[in-house]
Amino acid sequence: MSEHLVDIRNLRLSFFTPAGEVKALNDVTLHLDEGEVLGIVGESGSGKSVTSYSIMGLTADPGKIVGGTVTFNGHHIESLGEKELRKIRGKEVSIIFQDPMTSLNPVYTIGSQIEESILLHTDKTREEAKERATELLRLVGINEPEKRIRQYPHELSGGMRQRVMIAIALACEPKLLIADEPTTALDVTIQAQILELINELKEKLRMAVILITHDLGIVSSMCDRIAVMYAGRIVECGTTDDIFYRPQHEYTRGLLRSVPNIQDRESKRLIAIEGTPVDLLNPPAGCPFAPRCPSCMKICLREMPPDHHYSEVHTAACWLHEKAEYEQRGGEGD
Amino acid sequence: MAKYICKRLFMAVLTVFVVATLTFFLMNAVPGGPYEAEKSISPQAKAALEAKFGLDKPLFTQYVTYLKNILHGDFGPSLKQRGRNVIDIILTKFPVSAKIGIISVMVSLLVGVPVGCIAAVNRGKVSDSAIIVIATVGIAVPSFVVCSLSMYFFGVKLRWLPTVGLTTWKHYIMPVFSLSFYPTTYIVRLMRSSMLDVLGQDYMRTAKAKGVSRAVSLFKHALRNAVLPVVTYLGPMMAYTLTGSFIIEKVFTIPGLGGEFVSSITNRDYMMIMGTTIFLATLMVAINFLVDIVYKFIDPRINLK
Repeated sequence: MSEHLVDIRNLRLSFFTPAGEVKALNDVTLHLDEGEVLGIVGESGSGKSVTSYSIMGLTADPGKIVGGTVTFNGHHIESLGEKELRKIRGKEVSIIFQDPMTSLNPVYTIGSQIEESILLHTDKTREEAKERATELLRLVGINEPEKRIRQYPHELSGGMRQRVMIAIALACEPKLLIADEPTTALDVTIQAQILELINELKEKLRMAVILITHDLGIVSSMCDRIAVMYAGRIVECGTTDDIFYRPQHEYTRGLLRSVPNIQDRESKRLIAIEGTPVDLLNPPAGCPFAPRCPSCMKICLREMPPDHHYSEVHTAACWLHEKAEYEQRGGEGD
Repeated sequence: MAKYICKRLFMAVLTVFVVATLTFFLMNAVPGGPYEAEKSISPQAKAALEAKFGLDKPLFTQYVTYLKNILHGDFGPSLKQRGRNVIDIILTKFPVSAKIGIISVMVSLLVGVPVGCIAAVNRGKVSDSAIIVIATVGIAVPSFVVCSLSMYFFGVKLRWLPTVGLTTWKHYIMPVFSLSFYPTTYIVRLMRSSMLDVLGQDYMRTAKAKGVSRAVSLFKHALRNAVLPVVTYLGPMMAYTLTGSFIIEKVFTIPGLGGEFVSSITNRDYMMIMGTTIFLATLMVAINFLVDIVYKFIDPRINLK
């Protein structure tokens, strides 16, 4: 097997809360190659963010990896200490967060917050770091960077701040950029600009990107591959075309159905996936999506379906393919 | 900035003027007077004294005369302490209180801020619980209890520390401890809660994701944000500690301004009451103004307008 940039295998991660063990990730297996763009979609609490944070070793207390391995750029993340992790964070892998309004420290200038990252991970002097910060601001499309560098976060708009966050993330030219819902808190026109910027920079700096979102429109235009997560599992993973044109998992189909269509002239009700997400404190025995699944079978409630390979890169964890095979053989459905 | 300072100065003068006016009329509205209680005094002597200090004139005339005098820097003589001017009394007593006060402010900050941070960082652990308990006790226990208990144990039982006066550095330990006990515990609680708030902020996560070490993220990114509520509290707290505490000065026999202020009221020493009140009001306004300026330097979001 070839060496992937990110190789997550059978990762299990739990949050140990007073109410009990919340199994946030259950057997997540995922890989990413250099320069690739992977989209992770799923509803809130499905484990999208936790999965990508684990690549940086950012599993906040009370979260704990209980099994599996995370390999990034040759580092075995799960076995590294804080000190080693600090050398990787911000240098080899960077992240941009959802809310640019609160992700910058309000009492320091934009410049000093970009320079901090440069000074931490390189041998550059203060002067050089400042120069680099100006250059970065220009790179992310902020005009008058010499002036902006002395400004404070509250003097910039949301879109500008997200550009600054991107500048901080790119300060040391990381191999991987994690974008955790980078546009959720921004209005639509700014959203498009930020995505365009990420796309452009990815090409320029040849970095891999993990794009976490619950907006299918965003992933379709940007990603090479998409992983769909539900209840701490990857239920389906494949190329963008696989997911959009040949979805195999009922949850993926549900997600695609629920995307509102701009061509629908008459006011129609939005299509929703019925039911509520599973309680990760007491996950059900079988497939976690079974209680909400329109094609639920008996086996779904009893046993967790294994990953089925539809092609080399397209997998889905659903019993339906067995049913299809069974019917093809001429038997009767369960 | 200059415009802001001018505006604040005008407001300061107005505040002090209002305080002075209110105090003047309230004080005179209370029955009795400076020479009433003393039985030994003859009516003639009393009338003579009142005439000497202008107390026989109509109230409003007295008020106008007083205002005129203070505009010339004349706060008048003490009505009770013969031959001494109010200004002289304040200028001899205030430094004593201020010295203990400044040391107490320093102690409160140097102890309160780090201890509050330690509690926040170790949230839910034994050290945090212990700190909360002590801080709660500190807020609940009145200062005369702290004074008396420390005097009893360290002064009388263990004989480690002197109990009266202010001659050596050892004399300062108990008064400073008693005076700073409440503000310290208050700062601990303030610091703990604001630190907890800051530690949960998104920018702390950003710092961690940049690869910033725990210590740097605490000292650089968290502390400056978390210390803001403490700075706000610093204004009233400094006014309270600098001007001396009546109780602490009484217990440890310290010749400070706090005792002078209270006794001037019981003595109906009108000139002293007015003098000390105006002095304290001015100090309060000045300190709050200073704190606002400091605030601006810590938090760039604050706009002084």
